[in-house]
Amino acid sequence: MWKFIHQLASPPHFYRIAQILIPWLAVPGLLLIGYGTYAGLFLAPMDYQQGDAFRIIYVHVPSAYLSMLAYMTMAVSAGIGLIWRIKLSHAVAAAAAPLGAWFTFLALATGSIWGKPMWGTWWEWGDPRLTSELIMLFLYFGYMALRGAIDDTSKADRASAVLALVGAVNVPIIHFSVEWWSSLHQGPTLIKEGGPAMDPGMLYPLLAMILGFTLVFGALLLRRVRAEVLFRERRTRWVKDLVLSGGN
Amino acid sequence: MDLSMGGYGAYVWTCFILAGVVLVVCEWRARLRHRRVYRDIEVRIKALGDSQ
Amino acid sequence: MNTEDESISMFSGIAGIARRDLLLAWKRPGDVLNPLFFFAMVAALFPLAVGPSPEQLKLSGPAVLWVAALLSMLLSLNSLFLSDYEDGSLDQMLVSPIPLSALALGKTLAHWLTSGLPLVVVSPVVAITFQMPFSVTGYLMLTLLLGTISLSLLGSVGAALTVGLHRGTALLSLLILPLAMPILIFGARTVSLVASGDGVAGGLYFLAAYAVLTLSFAPFATAAALRISNE
Repeated sequence: MWKFIHQLASPPHFYRIAQILIPWLAVPGLLLIGYGTYAGLFLAPMDYQQGDAFRIIYVHVPSAYLSMLAYMTMAVSAGIGLIWRIKLSHAVAAAAAPLGAWFTFLALATGSIWGKPMWGTWWEWGDPRLTSELIMLFLYFGYMALRGAIDDTSKADRASAVLALVGAVNVPIIHFSVEWWSSLHQGPTLIKEGGPAMDPGMLYPLLAMILGFTLVFGALLLRRVRAEVLFRERRTRWVKDLVLSGGN
Repeated sequence: MDLSMGGYGAYVWTCFILAGVVLVVCEWRARLRHRRVYRDIEVRIKALGDSQ
Repeated sequence: MNTEDESISMFSGIAGIARRDLLLAWKRPGDVLNPLFFFAMVAALFPLAVGPSPEQLKLSGPAVLWVAALLSMLLSLNSLFLSDYEDGSLDQMLVSPIPLSALALGKTLAHWLTSGLPLVVVSPVVAITFQMPFSVTGYLMLTLLLGTISLSLLGSVGAALTVGLHRGTALLSLLILPLAMPILIFGARTVSLVASGDGVAGGLYFLAAYAVLTLSFAPFATAAALRISNE
């Protein structure tokens, strides 16, 4: 097992294994998203309070969840890279940031669109989760801006890793403070004490969407890390051999 | 099947289409970056080979 | 070296570098005064933009003062490590036997004494122009006192990460502002709550806890960032 992890951390192995892994994540992920979309749009019963507008949660909740997962992926791999000096780990952190920013944007946009029929306004500062997502987007921008400002890759890796770790300590605090700041909005619907309160017909498509988005995120991440690894290893022997042999 | 979603159709469909667009853009950007890096390496190897 | 000697050298290191920075600030009072003028001017922008209605100013006073204080702190943070980076003192600090985190803490302490504390002292004067009652002003000073400590510490990490980078100022704001949101939220909202006669303990506890948290983490993050930036 240890040997396998060690091998995976070596760029050429990772580059090869990732290519094999991508379809295994992408295909089930897309199937789950397909099922979740169909079931969420047409099979799930209508919410008695929100009407059909509640169906937006089938894309909003997974993207909000992914914006957190991507930040965690970024911070954890940045930390591993900083402590154990594993280059691949930094490549994962670099690849996770733009993906996280995209999903945060998606969460903001869908939350805002959901807010229009529900609250009658495109933006409601009173909603703590929307506000948290906005701060999250700023955190991603800061991370990517710092990376972009430093030319030397190794230096950019370590400097942005420090920022990611400081940010990771702050994310729960930001959530807590925004929660405190305002409590106008409905409580969490997915996880309540004594099990989920949602109707199973509503819940299963949502779980399928969350799992599907996560798998697709994994596939997207691997694809980005491959490009990142190729760039970082561009002067090495194995990349030269790979390109000369016409491999992908 | 009620595509108008009881009047909320425009909001719901926009969200799902937006999600699809984001997924496609992420995939496309990743592929683009990979292709660019790969091509740069190809060009560099060729240039080195010619100069030798 | 036994532990007692080490702790003595650490504290004398913190005090020594703080004293040096304070002396430097004394010789260049503009560095201390400019952020204060900036604070007063930003605060003056709001009545000019919003209008002179006393009720409205009374309502927005805590928020305006807190935002102005936050921006003023950012302004002074940019130069925290800049002169040391340019004249090579930073290289000396990196090879010094005193732990770099202690030196970073000393520099942050000096920064807080020259930019955070003056803001706390000046804030009542600006608060008067926002019709803030004296009972509320005390809480404003208390929240600013706790909040600026956290801002100095948190900002020192950002300043260390961006030192030596081109266009570091805008980048520093981009890095620090999202992280500083909890401080702003609890600082400004607590003062507003006092003004409207509600409970305040929660906000003050949070600010104090956050100051302790940053005090225990930030010096080490700053030291790590300085090592990375100064290669």
